[in-house]
Amino acid sequence: MAALSELLVVRPGPLTTVQDLGRRGVAHLGVPRAGALDEPALRAANRLVGNDPGTAALESTLGGVALRALGPVVFATTGAPAPVRVDGRAAAWGAPVAVPAGALIDIGAATHGVRGYLAVAGGIAVPPVLGSRSADLLSGLGPAPLSVGDRLPVGPPPSYRPAPDLVPLPAPPVELVLRLRLGPHTDWFDPWSVARLAREHYRVAQAGNRIALRTEGPAVARARGGELPSEGMVLGAVQIPPDGLPVVFLADHPTTGGYPVIGVVPPADLAFAAQARPGTPVRFVPLRGR
Amino acid sequence: MTVQVAGGPEPFGRIRPVGDRALLVEVAGTAEVSALYGWLRERRAAGALPGVEEIVPAARTVLLDGVADLPALTALLRGVRPTAASSTPGPLLEVPTVYDGADLGEVAALWGVSAEAAVRIHTEPEYVVAFCGFAPGFGYLTGLSQRYGVPRRATPRSAVPVGSVALAGPYTGVYPRSSPGGWQLLGRTALPLWDTGREPAALLAPGARVRFTAVRDGGGRAAPAQASPAVRGGGAE
Repeated sequence: MAALSELLVVRPGPLTTVQDLGRRGVAHLGVPRAGALDEPALRAANRLVGNDPGTAALESTLGGVALRALGPVVFATTGAPAPVRVDGRAAAWGAPVAVPAGALIDIGAATHGVRGYLAVAGGIAVPPVLGSRSADLLSGLGPAPLSVGDRLPVGPPPSYRPAPDLVPLPAPPVELVLRLRLGPHTDWFDPWSVARLAREHYRVAQAGNRIALRTEGPAVARARGGELPSEGMVLGAVQIPPDGLPVVFLADHPTTGGYPVIGVVPPADLAFAAQARPGTPVRFVPLRGR
Repeated sequence: MTVQVAGGPEPFGRIRPVGDRALLVEVAGTAEVSALYGWLRERRAAGALPGVEEIVPAARTVLLDGVADLPALTALLRGVRPTAASSTPGPLLEVPTVYDGADLGEVAALWGVSAEAAVRIHTEPEYVVAFCGFAPGFGYLTGLSQRYGVPRRATPRSAVPVGSVALAGPYTGVYPRSSPGGWQLLGRTALPLWDTGREPAALLAPGARVRFTAVRDGGGRAAPAQASPAVRGGGAE
């Protein structure tokens, strides 16, 4: 069936990818999960336009994205707040916006936060790969990041018309708090060093991407040397590589890894990690009990 | 299927929680990993392993992720001790291989044999895919005797062609697409081992049994022409 509409990429921004909820049940084949880094924001954007919450949408990074609607579409933006313009006129962020064929949708640079989501009624209908339309930047599965001139098919709009709704504007994060369920390899580290991880202040490092959030601060000291045989890795795993600086695994993380994992950040906190700019203070809060 | 209930004092493996939704089972080695993975896979197929999204075998561990009920699964795993006999063997895949790899001579020298003998050694065992990692569809195959283990190349190649049959440590692997790599190249196969448009996408999935057979170069290119995206951000194997 021919797509009902298309979006023509006019300005892809620094990095804009197609994302849904990612791939499940294929980690044993070495396939990363991928999917939106700020999952609640993806769900909210889809809800605003009447899609199923896991429908594929666009995830932009800091610099926004500009698209020409080749047919009439309804879109909504969530995640990192940013100015929204349709044919040069200001439009609503965090609310559904209907535009006619030919309209230029321009999402500007994020005022704060990092990842912006643009959902369109009907979803971004690129062909799914292994059950998902998500771009996986570690292994290259799924659609490549957007470039100028790409035409993105839009699926048939849902018959359901959402009730008028809007999402609250998130406040600029002053500190990224990451709860940490200790283990499975806490015993690889000096107990003093583990305690210090909770006390010391870290910052979001520049080198982060969709694979991992990197931090800078005091190095976590190992209690033992040697290597860990590669083992399965989960979303939110905090690996301590040889330099001792905690690395928090995000959606495009490798399925296996060989550095010891000091703890795991619950998925709910990763949405905040997805919006923390380099330099944001990070505090790890170990969780007690189970 | 025979699953023995652990009655002895020592547990089958150590079970460590990983976050709030995953468990890591540590066992003695790849044989135990394969036995446990096979048992888990069959049990899941039979609908008797509820609420597990991912089962990820590795060198000495099996990760169960997306677990709905951690205490119940932990209790279930404490009570079992799968053996190789406790699950049906995976499918047997024949991988026709042209043994003309750039490192065949070096590997033969490490083994102290001729290149022809090295090919015989490599085509002799039945391999099993112990686990996948590094890239989608990249399987770590065990089956070669420990004494034939070889180190990785001191300097990895920036591009190893798709279909390269290679060795590192105790493992044999087949590059599912062109990528950087440090394994010792023995040869190449034209068999497309990874194809997301096919079901199954990966021929070398954990549990699959594999035999390499030496074939002459048929004249066709071993590497099928396909646009393989470069690995972005990943490590190298």
